[in-house]
Amino acid sequence: MESTPNSFRNQPDERGHFGDYGGRYVAETLMPLILELETAYRAAKADPAFQAQFDDLLEHYVGRPSPLYFAERLTEALGGAQVWFKRDELNHTGAHKINNCIGQILLAIRMGKTKIIAETGAGQHGVATATVCARFGLPCTIFMGATDVSRQQPNVFRMKLLGAEVIPVTSGAATLKDAMNEALRHWVANVEDTFYIIGTAAGPHPYPELVRDFQSVIGREAREQMLSRTGRLPDLLVAAMGGGSNAIGLFHPFLDDADVKMLGVEAAGRGLDREHAASLAGGAPGVLHGNKTYLLQDEDGQITEAHSISAGLDYPGIGPEHAWLKDIGRVEYTAVTDDEALDAFQLLCRTEGIIPALEPSHAIAAVAKRAKEMDRDAVILANLCGRGDKDIFTVADALGVEM
Amino acid sequence: MNRLSAAFAKGRPAFVAFITAGDGDTAANLDALVDGGADVIELGMPFTDPMADGPAIQAANLRSLGAGTTTRDVLMIANEFRERHPDVPLVLMGYANPMIRRGPEWFAAEAKGCGIDGVICVDIPPEEDDALGPALRAEGIDLIRLATPTTDAARLPAVLEGSSGFVYYVSVAGITGLQQAATDSIASAVARLKAATDLPIAVGFGVRTPDQAAAIARVADGVVVGSALVELCDRHGAHAPEHIRALAASISEAVHAAKREPA
Repeated sequence: MESTPNSFRNQPDERGHFGDYGGRYVAETLMPLILELETAYRAAKADPAFQAQFDDLLEHYVGRPSPLYFAERLTEALGGAQVWFKRDELNHTGAHKINNCIGQILLAIRMGKTKIIAETGAGQHGVATATVCARFGLPCTIFMGATDVSRQQPNVFRMKLLGAEVIPVTSGAATLKDAMNEALRHWVANVEDTFYIIGTAAGPHPYPELVRDFQSVIGREAREQMLSRTGRLPDLLVAAMGGGSNAIGLFHPFLDDADVKMLGVEAAGRGLDREHAASLAGGAPGVLHGNKTYLLQDEDGQITEAHSISAGLDYPGIGPEHAWLKDIGRVEYTAVTDDEALDAFQLLCRTEGIIPALEPSHAIAAVAKRAKEMDRDAVILANLCGRGDKDIFTVADALGVEM
Repeated sequence: MNRLSAAFAKGRPAFVAFITAGDGDTAANLDALVDGGADVIELGMPFTDPMADGPAIQAANLRSLGAGTTTRDVLMIANEFRERHPDVPLVLMGYANPMIRRGPEWFAAEAKGCGIDGVICVDIPPEEDDALGPALRAEGIDLIRLATPTTDAARLPAVLEGSSGFVYYVSVAGITGLQQAATDSIASAVARLKAATDLPIAVGFGVRTPDQAAAIARVADGVVVGSALVELCDRHGAHAPEHIRALAASISEAVHAAKREPA
């Protein structure tokens, strides 16, 4: 283990490395564009006008700040620590994804790019991308695995309503990682005019950094709200992780608060000894999609298929900053099975009148376990990163209910 | 003079041929390429996520992995090739993850032991050279970098620094096997590269026919053909070697006969 750094918040280094992770593992064709993106992002970050436009859209278009909510009946039901939720499921489009899309499309416009592409798994990032493209009048192409297209028809229709072209990807297993491969192939052939809005805090530098920065609005708001509501910081932060963008967005502003513990929750699928999507718990470091990070892979470095009941967590990698935070021990990571997430989904419906997405249901399942082990005056803050309307068919199917 | 530099010093343009390891009877396919006159062989290491490849080579990767090809199989194919063809340069081409999975030193040592002359890794740009480059150089294996139409003058020195063997010029901003660039733009790009390095320049991506190959051979030191050969593995199955031999022969004849245009 490395020695403790002075701050956990000054990663990555100038080469885009978070410790050993991250970096820019891309084909030469993309390298100049990646470097141009980094330069443009540095300039945008330093430009008060860019920040002001981002903040304005988050307030008036997305509906931020999202509320901080004390889940009184869930707390009672669990009989331990107080459970608070950051309500990012109340954002426009129903999840945290839009925060990042707003930031990236402003960057795309600033760079003079005229076409937008994105990958999507369950369709949430695709819908968020299609939304901002409609808002700014830019043509939008979404790459989506053919398997996901057929099992996520409502989101496919939403994207089309918003004016996006949805391209079903048939290569590989025809799911999220294949959609990302195809988006990268399209990008390589269209580097001059096309901006790729990556949906999570992964990919080649500077994507992990800029996605984190755009999503950090979650943690900044939560920290301020928690201090003003309770006069203290939470004892434990909890967030679900696919690529890890909502988790890093919540965690990052708290990383230097030594007394705040953090728990990232991966998808254990049918169990860590069976099919799952827990790259940190069950993977090993490697290189995919432009960055070095923990990956689900075999002994030859071939990428293996991820499984989770939550399509949004169904990815065989993880953002590189999480890989680093795991290795240095600043954040604890755990994994929750499909069944545990389904139980948590129903628990939140009945105790709080909130239908959560299956992604944060994983976080809620972890909260349920930890709250019981903590004192009643302790405070847990979990990110409710998406609403569950999109998941009711999956849940009905899993519960054996015919609709 | 090593095998690779010798292949580019025959006083004529070189034909560089690519096929994917483990896709069909690879030993027979490789022998067919040599019989057909290929000067340099690129052996593709299959990967589940070949992000820079078009449909033909993607499918070849999946066929190979579907048949159970492992890294050890690829190395064994290389080793047996080296025993049969002591003088034909052999280059492994693929993606970072399978190459570094057991550590770059392991990979470099194994490759050396199998008589590999050079390595092309699509997704390790000079910025991430540490991931593989030092281990290859320590074994005396050439790291062959890619230059592309987007590689500008400011970047080119970084790409060439630490490159050896030859430089692979990717003639189009895109993926393998699809469109071909205009010969004029290739000629000016090769001239730009030539002004910056003494290494031979081989040009690939989208080269499918003897005529296309000959046009490029007039302005470059070598021509790379991949997808058109790989498609023959798919189309002809067990009979692929005879078709590969025929296409290789017609391309190598066209390439070798091409008269170099004055720069």
